[in-house]
Amino acid sequence: MITARIRKRFPPGSDSAGFALDLEFEAGAAITVLFGPSGSGKTLTLDAIAGFVRPDEGRVMLDDDILFDAAAKVNIAPRHRRCGYVFQNYALFPHMTLRQNLLFAVGLRPRLERHRRVTEMLDKFHLTDVSGRRPHELSGGQKQRCSIARALIGSPRLLLLDEPARGLDAPLRMELYAVLRQVRTEYNIPILLVTHDLEEALELGNEMLVLRDGSLVQSGRPREVIEAPANVEVARLFGLYNLLPVEIRGLDPGRNSSRLRYRDFDLNGQYIPGHLIGDKLWVCVRPDQLLALPRNGKPAQNQVPLALHHLVDRPAGVRLEFENDVAVEMRRSEYEQHERVKEWVVEFPPESLRTL
Amino acid sequence: MPIDWFPLWLSLRVAAISTVMAIVLGLWVAWVLANRAFRGKELIDAAVTLPLVLPPTVLGYYLLVVLGRASPLGKLYEWAIGHPLVFTWQAAVVAALFHATPLLIKSARAAFESVDHSYERAARNLGASELRLFWRVTLPLTRRSIMAASALAFARALGDFGITLMIAGNIPGRTQTVALAIYDAVESGNGALARTLVLVISAVALIILALANRFATNPFGPRQAPL
Repeated sequence: MITARIRKRFPPGSDSAGFALDLEFEAGAAITVLFGPSGSGKTLTLDAIAGFVRPDEGRVMLDDDILFDAAAKVNIAPRHRRCGYVFQNYALFPHMTLRQNLLFAVGLRPRLERHRRVTEMLDKFHLTDVSGRRPHELSGGQKQRCSIARALIGSPRLLLLDEPARGLDAPLRMELYAVLRQVRTEYNIPILLVTHDLEEALELGNEMLVLRDGSLVQSGRPREVIEAPANVEVARLFGLYNLLPVEIRGLDPGRNSSRLRYRDFDLNGQYIPGHLIGDKLWVCVRPDQLLALPRNGKPAQNQVPLALHHLVDRPAGVRLEFENDVAVEMRRSEYEQHERVKEWVVEFPPESLRTL
Repeated sequence: MPIDWFPLWLSLRVAAISTVMAIVLGLWVAWVLANRAFRGKELIDAAVTLPLVLPPTVLGYYLLVVLGRASPLGKLYEWAIGHPLVFTWQAAVVAALFHATPLLIKSARAAFESVDHSYERAARNLGASELRLFWRVTLPLTRRSIMAASALAFARALGDFGITLMIAGNIPGRTQTVALAIYDAVESGNGALARTLVLVISAVALIILALANRFATNPFGPRQAPL
């Protein structure tokens, strides 16, 4: 279990706007994903835990040991922290063979023990055949596995991974995910994984922390976080949703309905508890829950005429991008029925509209 | 006329000893300058660079003041070794050391600073002490630059004239290095000796510089870790 409360300020300089990291979290023996855009403080958080960056305030605890405590002036040196760290560029020592890289990491144990551990690790990560090679003679996947093996060989009490899938193609990424799942079950230590890839967060994460501008904006199970973003900023980060600014025009708890004003149109939605008529809020709706139809005369209820800007091919179908950043996704076959359509309406089914 | 080769041997011996000392001293100073943040660091960097730009006589004068028979350091040396430091071949070593070390510090600092920080972080993260990090990671990664810098330092130590003259003097058979011997030969009209020594010392320096250039090529390609 890792418990961290980290505060670090970088004052604005001549060429930077300044940055403040301020977050508090705990993570148990599972994969915790640190999710956020570039510059949100994800890597900085890992560096603070590993001891490369000294926070201004706060406390980092690993199980019952204090790694850092600003108030008590405790700051354990990185080499005594026993945090495995898989760097973004792997940081495998270029002048050592793969085996030497692993031997370096087992440190000062008895000779036989060192060699036994290295052989075991090479075997576990399928690196035995290439153990005599230097990093520049290895493929991306081999380097990746080697850097994970090197981080784990000293029996760390915590594993930190900084965007491990960056630069890997799809098959290697699948392989990496399999390796990390294996590590999760075998080692039973907290794993903090930095990513800005939602699929990775969903596929690997037991818990997810969403960071933005150095602060924690939401946390929970990845599926729940992604399906119920806490606010419009988080929803925007995911890039999964259409976000519509609306004003409440009518509320009817009896019929579980509401009337929402979106631009010049009224949309029927479900009842929104805790709000009043006249409130302005954001509605989010997934692109695959909307319908795009050819325009026939006057638009029906919950239909909005919109101009089509782009048509984008997607692995699973097509994505129609309309004005005002409204996107609709549908199957290829559905779209082909309306291929010649010039004027479109987009239908917003009432049950698909979710307020933030 | 038989040529007296003593100045050449003396120069090579002085340069070799002072280069070894320059490597030990220079790498340590360079490591501190490259890795530690402290107040006045750039002032120290400037101070160690000073011998590169000051006239050798100025440096020689400082050394005479600091190491002369009347100075505390000079007295300490005399008490410990039994004879004064100045006007001995050991003084020529000190002169060559001050002539060569600044170059080595400059090159070594640049080499240490060129090592990707992620290697240092990785080493510390994997439990390495600073000493182990230096021996096993930083030094091997910068080995070629350091070797090239050492070769240059040796060549420079070989070529000192002014500082040696000031603190070791020009005593034939005792402290007269090649540079001084050539000066003497020209002054006394011994053209043959001057020509021979000039050609030999030029050839030695040329070979060393060629070696330095060969060392300078890096076997691991760009030092930045590929992403």
